[in-house]
Amino acid sequence: MKRFATLVALVLAATAQGVSAQTLKAVKDRGMLNCGANGTLAGFGLPDAQGKWAGLDVDFCRAIAAAVLNDANKVKYVPLSAKDRFTALQSGEIDVLARNTTWTSSRDTSLGLNFVGVNYYDGQGFMVRKSLKVNSALELAGASVCVQQGTTTELNLADYFGANKMQLKSVTFATANEAIKAYDAGRCDAYTTDASALYAERLRVTNPDDHVILPEIISKEPLGPVVRHGDDQWYDIVKWTLFAMIDAEELGISSKTFDEAMKSPNPEIKRFVGTEGNYGEQLGLTKDWAVRIIKQVGNYGESFERNVGMGSPLKIERGLNKLWTKGGIQYAPPIR
Amino acid sequence: MPSDLPAQPRPARVVFYNDPKVRSIAYQLVLCTVVALLVYGAARNAIDNLARAQIASGFGFWNQTAGFDISQTLIEYSSRGSTYGRAFWVGLLNTLLVAGLGIVFATIIGFIVGISRLSSNWLLAKAAGGYVEIIRNLPLLLQLLFWYNAVLKALPDLRESIVIPGGLILNNRGFFLPLPVLKGGVGFFELSLLVGVGGAIAFYVWARKRQERTGQRPPVLAVTLLLVIGLPLAVFAIVGRPIGFEFPQAGRFNIAGGIEVLPEFVALLFGLSIYTAAFIAEVVRAGILAVSRGQSEAAYSLGLRPGPTQRLIVVPQAMRVIIPPLTSQYLNLTKNSSLAVAIGYPDLVQVFTGTVLNQTGQAVEVVAITMLVYLVISLVTSLLMNLYNRRMALVDR
Repeated sequence: MKRFATLVALVLAATAQGVSAQTLKAVKDRGMLNCGANGTLAGFGLPDAQGKWAGLDVDFCRAIAAAVLNDANKVKYVPLSAKDRFTALQSGEIDVLARNTTWTSSRDTSLGLNFVGVNYYDGQGFMVRKSLKVNSALELAGASVCVQQGTTTELNLADYFGANKMQLKSVTFATANEAIKAYDAGRCDAYTTDASALYAERLRVTNPDDHVILPEIISKEPLGPVVRHGDDQWYDIVKWTLFAMIDAEELGISSKTFDEAMKSPNPEIKRFVGTEGNYGEQLGLTKDWAVRIIKQVGNYGESFERNVGMGSPLKIERGLNKLWTKGGIQYAPPIR
Repeated sequence: MPSDLPAQPRPARVVFYNDPKVRSIAYQLVLCTVVALLVYGAARNAIDNLARAQIASGFGFWNQTAGFDISQTLIEYSSRGSTYGRAFWVGLLNTLLVAGLGIVFATIIGFIVGISRLSSNWLLAKAAGGYVEIIRNLPLLLQLLFWYNAVLKALPDLRESIVIPGGLILNNRGFFLPLPVLKGGVGFFELSLLVGVGGAIAFYVWARKRQERTGQRPPVLAVTLLLVIGLPLAVFAIVGRPIGFEFPQAGRFNIAGGIEVLPEFVALLFGLSIYTAAFIAEVVRAGILAVSRGQSEAAYSLGLRPGPTQRLIVVPQAMRVIIPPLTSQYLNLTKNSSLAVAIGYPDLVQVFTGTVLNQTGQAVEVVAITMLVYLVISLVTSLLMNLYNRRMALVDR
């Protein structure tokens, strides 16, 4: 027992030394970005049959790699479950966590982590079988609900049922895979997670058409990438990668139109592509940092459409994730 | 002549640092100091690094509201009103429940299979041998997943539950039993149960002594049944049936009321018992083979049949060889119960090291507490088994 405590402390000490304030240098030296991803969620982070990763969060990691290493493919994806995602980031195993993680105050403070922004505004919902003839989540009193362990989903579920004085039987599983399999087998009446994930998981049940997603959204789930405390430069780089993708969509720069953007006289676009000012160098990157992102990955809208939007099997509406100019709430500060 | 006797050798006077006893004490002191310094240094380092990374540390999380639900709780627990500390106790009780029952079932099955493997019936011996070889060589996690899916798939859906007369309902959400509800006057019933069981034990002890002295055995079975079952039943009827039952009722989604036995619990119990029983069977077989053949031959020559021979002569002697490895198997079973994580049974690891760790983020404290708990459970188990072992040990006369 003593030896194990020593070992744990030594390992913590050894890894903790290396992680603070040196992440950019470590990534450049290594030549690879270590990205914590989901591994099982379609639309956000999922390897295909050839082992090529795709998803909204995967695109974000590729954008960071493009900005820092000029090659969006130099990313090592580490699949993580909801239980071990934070310890992997705290210990330095990954440089950034892009795994549809909800931004909450306790995670921002007591875990020693920083959320860089919101790449998907989501909320929690329920999926039930159509044969139960349930039209609203308020009719689920006494139902058993399958849920993944260690998530805000679990807490919100207990809160919602408690607040509406409904009896709850929750069945928790360590991974989303097991939870959806148990729901499919009939072990529980309803399945709950973020609404975007519900659309993705519905594709995995035996008969997607037998299941319906209830209209209630019972919580705010702002999903965003996470980095460690104590490395302000890396935090800025990751944060501005996200903002660059959103700003690009606002300015009309996409992977197909960046050639025209390079020649545009619009001062905002000139600052974005780097012909004016040295905003890239201020971040610790190169002048063309934003162009690298757009050329190799695309802007926020493109990434959304091909991963979770109408160009994907999930077919989720942009909804709240539209730009602020189009009625949604995605809003990025200006690059100047 | 007296001067021919050789002088008595005197112990040589050595310098204190050459004295082996002094040296050994000195080495041990130095080693203890080094280990203590290492542990202190490591703990200090860990605390400093946690503080520098601004990760919360300390045990304050114990009294925070849990906020999540647990599917099987043997004590009072609610997501809004209970703390993480309470969740810890719920998980611990669940682990002890499945480990305790698992040990009982594994022992019973293991003894039966082990003795069967030595049977002269060819089919029985080969069947037991096949069971041991197959079960021992498959990973436990796979077996648990198999039992969980097999149990779930075999059971009918909620709408087509099997209803057993007497108020029992079986479906893939669980096995629902009527819950005994205690009404007034139940004190007499409990007292009569205690008196009955106590009386039966006392009678058994007296009967053994009587048999050793005179060779006559009083009717133990009849008297035991009378005391343990007949007496409480009589009191039950006289006092006016002070136990009612709350029957499980089918609601819109689920069965409400009654005692609920989760399919996860059943799958874990089956998986653990059957897996550990294969190992216990081999331990039992080794123990029985260790008893010399002359013992059973002598017993047969005295006219004892194979059944009583095994029970009275062979197995008691085999126990001396069986108990130490049996202790290891019990400890293995207790620790293997942590695989409940894979099938969703809320044991200590799933509730505490899974959910609580993730919600609070304090990995070092939570894992340390969990390891300490398993260590204590294992030490207590092996202590009890060693006490039993000492009683069964061969006494040299």
